[in-house]
This record gives sequence, structure tokens and C-alpha cells, in this order.
Amino acid sequence: MTDEERAILAGSRGDAARRALEYQIEVGRFWGAKRLVPVTNVHMMGDIEVMGDAGLEYLRREADGAARCSVPTTTNARCIDFAQCDRLGQDRGEVAKERELIRHLRRMDVVTTDTCINYQTVYQPHLGEHVAWGDTGTVIYANSVFGARSNFESGPAALAAAITGRTPEYGFHLDEHRRGTFAVELRTRLDDLADWGAVGKLVGESHQDYFAVPVFHGFHRVPTADELKHLGAALASYGSMGMFHFVGVTPEAPRSIGSLSEKMVISENEIQKIYAGYKLRDGDARLVVFSGPQQSLLEMKRLAALFEGRKVKAGSSCFVTTNGAVLAQSRALGYAQALEAAGVTILEGVCFYILQNLSPMREANRWTNMVSNSAKIVNIIGAHRFNTILRRTAACVEIACTGLLK
Amino acid sequence: MHRAIEVTRAFGPAVEGEALVSEEGFSPRYDLDRWSGLITKPGHKLEGKSIVDKVCFFPTAKGGIAAGWAFYDIKWKKIAPKAFVFGVTNPVMVQGAIFAGIPITAGWNKHPREVVKSGDWVRVDPARRLIEIL
Repeated sequence: MTDEERAILAGSRGDAARRALEYQIEVGRFWGAKRLVPVTNVHMMGDIEVMGDAGLEYLRREADGAARCSVPTTTNARCIDFAQCDRLGQDRGEVAKERELIRHLRRMDVVTTDTCINYQTVYQPHLGEHVAWGDTGTVIYANSVFGARSNFESGPAALAAAITGRTPEYGFHLDEHRRGTFAVELRTRLDDLADWGAVGKLVGESHQDYFAVPVFHGFHRVPTADELKHLGAALASYGSMGMFHFVGVTPEAPRSIGSLSEKMVISENEIQKIYAGYKLRDGDARLVVFSGPQQSLLEMKRLAALFEGRKVKAGSSCFVTTNGAVLAQSRALGYAQALEAAGVTILEGVCFYILQNLSPMREANRWTNMVSNSAKIVNIIGAHRFNTILRRTAACVEIACTGLLK
Repeated sequence: MHRAIEVTRAFGPAVEGEALVSEEGFSPRYDLDRWSGLITKPGHKLEGKSIVDKVCFFPTAKGGIAAGWAFYDIKWKKIAPKAFVFGVTNPVMVQGAIFAGIPITAGWNKHPREVVKSGDWVRVDPARRLIEIL
């Protein structure tokens, strides 16, 4: 332990910092961490849906107790869209609690960005930079694409890192866990974002292990940022994975897959089987969602083009989620208006899957099925009892406008 | 010799409780109804079962950062399990359990299905890295 850390434990930076560090030491001890490492940036999940009354009470106490961030700290997508909460039927009491929760975060000097795509819109760490990020999709992107170093830091852990400015050194902070553990050859076209999510599902489901690190190779072109985002989000969701390599693309990828003994091959046939595995239940496909992760500006542009001159079918609902910055720019560029003219509802600063009141919303709308181009949200929304269906982006738009799933 | 499982990593005080043994992984966000403590994800191998006051054996942890607050939330609602026993886990489960003060272990020297079934009474002893079937 450093002198500064010993001083924090002795109370030099107040009770909140002392408690935060004690908690971090306990987590580090579990994983066998030898020390803590300074972090430059924290991204935390904190909203009333995930935290509940207990979490709100905790935040209030911490803010009252002068807990303050010592490094720049941003927030993940949240559960309330303040402009549309009444229309969504979100509970007014919970809306008020969410406002209070945001107030406490701001008192602690948290920058409430409300986005799960901070890596596309807010902060891009460099090779070797230690950060403490949560939402799994942000972590796998930071480790894999930027070569930065983060573990999955859930809400309480990220907040502790924000307060102390450090995190226990285990997992992906260490070289030994960043090496590839198996190879995946991509012998397929992967033309749509949903195809990248399907790859994440195939690889993640068959290797559910935080410390498994796939090495992708053999792909016929250069993948885009949005494609790697959907791949990473799905790997993290289905496999609980925190890192991947992509030969010739990501900064720490090996030059070849030489020494890796396990070799997996993904061909078009496997991708098609994934789509065929999703079945419509009880007849109708009246809910289409583009969310989890939030849409980038370029995803908004593509959706606006696909919905151009079309209308969401009467009785159907189509939701797009993005963050405030992307939405503002989408308005300036006309993408948002094009989507709204087609009857699409754009939600700001939220993720569909954590929307407050989602289960009652499902019941009130008699939604059985949810169709999406995101393999991640198709996976994680199960506890709300949706039957979920993964489809390519253009097919999702078609389903939204016709109500028919082919 | 009584039946026991040695674990690799552990946190928390020793506790006893009824075992709930799963062949499928777990996330308190994807699989659990956080108001009743019932596993509600359609098709989960423990669908319809309650985790309240159980010693839960799960081979893997699934997904999600949001799970970090969820353990504190269910502990406060008094629907938390007595302990989590994971084969393979991830940092979120550990951060969440330690924050909520729920005992948690990771890694086992034999698969629980060889020595324990749901309904057995078990003792989790983190200090000794040991789970005993009583």
C-alpha cells in the first residue's frame, strides 16, 4: 500500500473515502490483487431501477457525507426518459426518485451523461490506460479496441473507484489475463450489425467465462466501430467476457493465432441457424426495439434512411434509444425528424431493457414478442418475460412497418 | 468422512442454509424477479424456484454490470440468498455480494452435483474455503 492509501484508511480524505477504500481492498483480496492502480476515468451505472430504494438511500448518505469524485466520472444509460415518462406510463414516484438520485450524483461531482456508448461519444482512453468502467459493453470495448485496462466495475465498485481514484489490480489490469485463449475464424460476410451480435452469441454462449479471451481472425474486410460495438456487447452479455482480440485490427492482438490450440470457425450456416432459432410466440410482432447499446449517430443515420417514407404499422411500437449528444446532432441533421415522422419513438439517455415499469408496460401493451437487431438486448430482457427475436436491421424495420415476421 | 467441497476464493462470515443447486448460470438481472426472489427467466433450469434464504450453487455468472446494485437491493428487501457458491464467477457478482455483505465463493474442487442436491442443508465457511453438506 502507498503512503497515500494508508492516509486514506486513516481518514485523511474523510469517511466516505475510507469506507470506499476498505471495500476496494476487500474486493481486491478476493481476487488476490497485490495492490491498487490509479485510474484516470470512471464510468458508473446508477439509476433508480437498478439501485432501488436501498441504493438511493445509500447515495443520499454518501452525498451528505461529502463523498466526492476525485477523477472524471460519467454515468451509464438510465431508466427514466423525463420527456416521455408519462407517455410510457412510468411511475411518477419513481420518476421523482430518479431526479433525486441524479441530484445526489451531481453533488458528488458525477457528470451525468446517461450513456452506455461513452466510448463513442465521451471519452476514448489510450493504450495501457487504467480506467474503472461499468456497463460490460463499455469495458470490453475499452480493453479490446482501445487497449485500455478495466474490469467490469459495477455501480458500487465504480463509485468507490471514483471516490478513491484507484481500483484493485486484478483481471484485465494484468498482462497475464489479456492474452488470447482461443481462436475464432470468421469465414462469413457479416453484413449487418445483428450478424456481429450473432457471432458474439455463438462465441459467448459456448465459453461462459470472464477470463476467456477470443482471438478473431480471417475476416475479409476491416470491421467498423459499430460492428465491434455489437460484437463486444454480445460477447460480454452471453459469455460474461471482458476482452477480445481481432488480428490486424485491435492494438494488442497477436500477429497470428499460432499457439492457440482451440480453434472455432464461424460460417454463414451458423449465423443463419441463430436467426432460425428464434420463434414467434402467440402470433404477433408488434414491438421492435433498437437499443442495448444506445444508437450511435451513424446508426441513427442508417435507421432514418431505412424508415424514409414508411410508417410504423398501426398498433405496433418501435423504440430507438440514444444519448443526449447523439440525439441533438440527429435533430440538427434531420435523422430524428425522419424517424419520428415514421412513427418511431426516440428515447433519450435510457436503455430499453432497464426502463422503469417495463414489465407492467409489456402487460398493458399485450406485448409477447420483442424484435431487435441487438443480440445483447435479445439476451438480457428475459426476466421481463418477453419472447425475443433477433433479426437484421432492415428486417427489423420491415417488421415494424408491416407487423409481419418472416 | 462427511461430504464437502473445497472452494478457491471466498468472502464473508460462515452461514448455514438450504441448498439450491443449478445446472445453469445466473444473473440477478436476467433471470430473477427482484420483488419476489423467484427465478422468472423463461426456460431457466430453475424457473419458478425461489433463491430467498438459500445457499445458491451456480456453475457460472452471466452478463451484467447492473447486478452490482441488485444484491444490495434484494438484501434490503429481505429476499437475498444466504450465500452464493459459484464455479466460475465475474467481478460484478463479487463486488455486488461484498457490497451487500452476502457470503460468496468461487471455484470448486468437484462439481456440486456429485455431493449435494437442492434441499440439502449446507454450511458455507469462507474462512476455511469449505462447503460442508450436513
